[in-house]
Amino acid sequence: MTNPTAKTLSPVSPVDQSLLYPSPYKEFWQAFARNKGAVMGLAFMCVVVFCALFAPWVAPHDPSEQYRDFLLTPPVWLEGGTWQFILGTDELGRDLLSRLIQGARLSLLIGLSSVVISLIPGILLGLLAGFFPHFVGPSIMRLMDVMLALPSLLLAVAIVAILGPGLINTVIAIAIVSLPSYVRLTRAAVMGELNRDYVTAARLAGAGLGRLMFVTVLPNCMAPLIVQATLSFSSAILDAAALGFLGLGVQPPTPEWGTMLASARDYIERAWWVVSLPGLTILLSVLAINLMGDGLRDALDPKLKNAA
Amino acid sequence: MHAVTKKTSALRLLLATLLLGSTSQLAAKPLVVCTEASPEGFDVVQYTTAVTFDAAAETLFNRLVDFKPGTTDVQPALAERWDISADGLTYTFHLRRGVKFHTTDYFKPSRDLNADDVLWSLRRQLDPSHPWHDKTSIGYPYFESMAFNSLLKSVDKTDDYTVVITLTRPEAPLLRDMAMGFTSIYSAEYGDQLLAAGKTAELNSKPIGTGPFIFQRYNKDAQVRFKPNPDYFRGKPPADALIFAIATDSNVRLQKLRANECQVALYPKPDDVPSIVADPRLKVAQTEALVTGYIAMNTQHPYLSDVRVRKAINMAFDRQTHVDQLFGKGNALVGVNPYPPSMIGYNTDTQNPPRDLDQARALLKQAGVPQGTVITLFTRNGGGPTNPNPRLSAEMLQADLAQIGLKLDIRVMEWAEMLRRAKKGEADLVSSGWAGDNGDPDNFLTPLLSCEAASNGENYARWCNSKFQALITRAREVSDNEERARLYSEALTVYDEDQPWISMAHPKVFTAMRENVEGYVISPLTSNNFATTRVK
Amino acid sequence: MLSFIARRLGLLIPTFFGITLLTFALIRLIPGDPVEVMMGERRVDPEMHAQAMERLGLNKPLPAQYLDYIGKLAQGDLGESLRTRESVWSEFTTLFPATLELAMAALLFAGVVGLLAGVIAALKRGSLFDHGVMGISLAGYSMPIFWWGLILIMFFSVSLGWTPVSGRIDLLYDIEPKTGFMLIDTLLSDEEGSFKDAVMHLILPAIVLGTIPLAVIARMTRSSMLEVLREDYIRTARAKGLSPARVVFMHGLRNALIPVLTVFGLQVGTLLAGAVLTETIFSWPGIGKWLIEAIGARDYPVVQNGILLIACLVILVNFVVDILYGLANPRIRHQR
Repeated sequence: MTNPTAKTLSPVSPVDQSLLYPSPYKEFWQAFARNKGAVMGLAFMCVVVFCALFAPWVAPHDPSEQYRDFLLTPPVWLEGGTWQFILGTDELGRDLLSRLIQGARLSLLIGLSSVVISLIPGILLGLLAGFFPHFVGPSIMRLMDVMLALPSLLLAVAIVAILGPGLINTVIAIAIVSLPSYVRLTRAAVMGELNRDYVTAARLAGAGLGRLMFVTVLPNCMAPLIVQATLSFSSAILDAAALGFLGLGVQPPTPEWGTMLASARDYIERAWWVVSLPGLTILLSVLAINLMGDGLRDALDPKLKNAA
Repeated sequence: MHAVTKKTSALRLLLATLLLGSTSQLAAKPLVVCTEASPEGFDVVQYTTAVTFDAAAETLFNRLVDFKPGTTDVQPALAERWDISADGLTYTFHLRRGVKFHTTDYFKPSRDLNADDVLWSLRRQLDPSHPWHDKTSIGYPYFESMAFNSLLKSVDKTDDYTVVITLTRPEAPLLRDMAMGFTSIYSAEYGDQLLAAGKTAELNSKPIGTGPFIFQRYNKDAQVRFKPNPDYFRGKPPADALIFAIATDSNVRLQKLRANECQVALYPKPDDVPSIVADPRLKVAQTEALVTGYIAMNTQHPYLSDVRVRKAINMAFDRQTHVDQLFGKGNALVGVNPYPPSMIGYNTDTQNPPRDLDQARALLKQAGVPQGTVITLFTRNGGGPTNPNPRLSAEMLQADLAQIGLKLDIRVMEWAEMLRRAKKGEADLVSSGWAGDNGDPDNFLTPLLSCEAASNGENYARWCNSKFQALITRAREVSDNEERARLYSEALTVYDEDQPWISMAHPKVFTAMRENVEGYVISPLTSNNFATTRVK
Repeated sequence: MLSFIARRLGLLIPTFFGITLLTFALIRLIPGDPVEVMMGERRVDPEMHAQAMERLGLNKPLPAQYLDYIGKLAQGDLGESLRTRESVWSEFTTLFPATLELAMAALLFAGVVGLLAGVIAALKRGSLFDHGVMGISLAGYSMPIFWWGLILIMFFSVSLGWTPVSGRIDLLYDIEPKTGFMLIDTLLSDEEGSFKDAVMHLILPAIVLGTIPLAVIARMTRSSMLEVLREDYIRTARAKGLSPARVVFMHGLRNALIPVLTVFGLQVGTLLAGAVLTETIFSWPGIGKWLIEAIGARDYPVVQNGILLIACLVILVNFVVDILYGLANPRIRHQR
């Protein structure tokens, strides 16, 4: 006896499930793109990254070349400016635009490396603190409290005084100073996740410690960490600028934006562009990163996804 | 109607009080001086910074002799006259009578200045058994670095107004040394009072001297307030009050000067001088200072030990542009010799080699220096009177040396660390400067270029030339000025042949002030004295 | 409640020791010693150097020096500055009020303006005002504080002449430092116009220092208000017919303020760090400048104890904030 229903039912065509729900990446991008500020920030940062990557080809002049006949030339739109030096020259006759472009490289490098150098130990320490809350955890947290109690700039100054000024030491100092916030954040997120069912389930299934830490728990804690990473990227640039301003940053003639500000302080009345332009560049870059960070947070935070 | 009139009369009253209030301020004419740093303390013999000397030695104290304003000539001060023995080993000072110490709410002198005070002040630093000798944290830097503890055999008095200083060897610059701040004369009575009360630290915070101004108050890092000493032996100072306002940034000092928040601003940047001169409310005092900016070349370095390499570097450096850019046109002399032309023995025959890049490259090749050799330059962080922007100098030199195939690795470091490492000989080149203290060539040459200084690190070039050393040692002992001039001149010729330094500049020293400030004489020693200064 | 406080206090002790160890180690790791710095360019006689080091107690082995230091601390002796021979405590109490005054003025500015801006932005969500406030506050903590200070000085002091250039008060006034707080001292003194002068000097530095906290507080208030305003009890209050102002301020703001409180506490650390730069630019004689110079001069007692004092202050403030937060939010104080 044939089953009439079996005959009348049309064969179930394999519906591609992924068409019904957007992939995580697409979903993320849609959420991100809704925030226009974040998109503008991303666009600006793309320009900066482009300049950083292709600096030698993009910059009109060699950033270290001193044009001794063109000291302190104003930007092109002021009287005395010339198209040869669009944004003017500094006190040694070096083209400001080229130095700013080259400086992008340095600032991005400083931001990226200090974030990486403090993110990795920070996550590790945070995981350890979360997974071992009896002894290891509190000790780590006390250490972080100690570091947080010292004003960050003074701590950075002391570290640079010990290691000596220079690019690498500046990065190390900034990384050390930003470590505690990663540790705290990771630990808080880990402790929040540890009580969840899926962790218990994984433990029951026999997952080892390493797997628990890195495969089960960590990916679910990444959201706040990513946001924090963008924020500390931007504060790394500001901290490097502050150290440069105090004279403890990178060595001459490297065109780091903050160091350019420091040496330009003397020219605040005569040649304001030497002061304002590097400062403006720092402001715009950091602003762009923070806008992106805001957008990231909004896009990654599930609570806000369905906000009215 | 009533309300309106009430309002306007109230407003008028307010305006009147404000105006009256401000004019009553103007009736008293204090002199506010913007200084570049905080004084380290007022026990001046413990310190070395210029601002401490300005705030203590020049205002609160006097010495046996001092320098005529604006010059390096010695004039009587607390000593009216003096005799020097024929062998140069005994100096007898006859003290002035009627010199009074300050009267304050923490000390009332019972007697005038006499020989006991001189003995107290000098023996304190010389004699380890003096009760005050160890009442110091770091020691007596000037006294020790000028080797006074081995130079002075004894300090005695023959009566209440005669002091005899006996030396272990003849020392021609001694009189000039006695005009320097570290020989300031303190009150022995006050010292005894503090010692008996167990408050020896107060010597540093509540000072007593014989100087033109009396200490009132120090607001840490903000201001120092003095009032004029009515009993000053040279006459009461014309200023109603003297205030040192501490403003570490030269831009801030200039801004305050323009706003009349201070009437004198010390150490303006040379770049700002033209705009100050152009401003009708301000004026600038300037003089050639006894200051040298230089870069020492470490003569123990494998390549730099060869005089050809040093000559090559000196040939490549564009001194004129450097001086013009760093100080502004006309604000400094291009350096040739270790000390400036106003001092004796200055040799006008020695010249900087003309800038010749080809010749420089040839010399390097001769000496076997490969292209692209890296040499390090240690330089300090912030600027000072000998070099307002060491980074700038370093970068200019870097560009110049790149043209002859040498790569300069600039290491900007914190001052203390730089000093330490430079003294140990870790640097190839060291950017430094020296301000003379007393106008004597020995004051430049012995600390910076002598063999002894080479062994203890003060001589950053680590240069020891026996001929040079013999000449300057002799010149220290001899008392005849012409003989000394001849000896120094010869020594400078030796220096010029060997070229241990890249000489850079002799900057002028500037002081900016309001148009209505009178009676300020600028000193080539970069010290500042306001005993005769007033605001018209 | 008491056990919560006790637990928190207990955590402070190892932190305190950790700080002493850290500052002790840090300053000694920096190359160079105070005697060398004092001598500067001049030659240092090795014998004199050794004598001076012995006088200062710096030639003993490090663990012995640390124990000496802790021992003195236990007796409340914070040592003397190596440069001025004044006690570190008296130097700190002389200079700290200046920094504190500045920090409080900055916090007042940031708090008042930030709270208002945040509340209004939350109420008018999505409007131009909202976007404006968010944009400006984002710019506020994106800019280098020292650059911002220089720009403000250029405009308001040099070009417009509205505010004085630097310092705490016009030097013509001889104000006796009774409390160290210029605003109080000028009121206590009999110099006319000095109070107004002190206020004028305080305005620009307070704005510069308060810019970042302002931005953070504004944003935090806004997001916190937004969350609170969505809650059911707000809807209930509105439905009950309460006036909008009552709803916002009595019901909404009170609860929204809790997270803002923690932010306030965290800002103290930022303020002290920012004070260093602000004090440099405005020649404000506070502890930031003092500490940086002490590091440069290797003045060990000042660096160790100065930083210790500041750290204690920061910890104290955080502790108080923790307690207040625990008081306000019962879930926290019963947490493990």
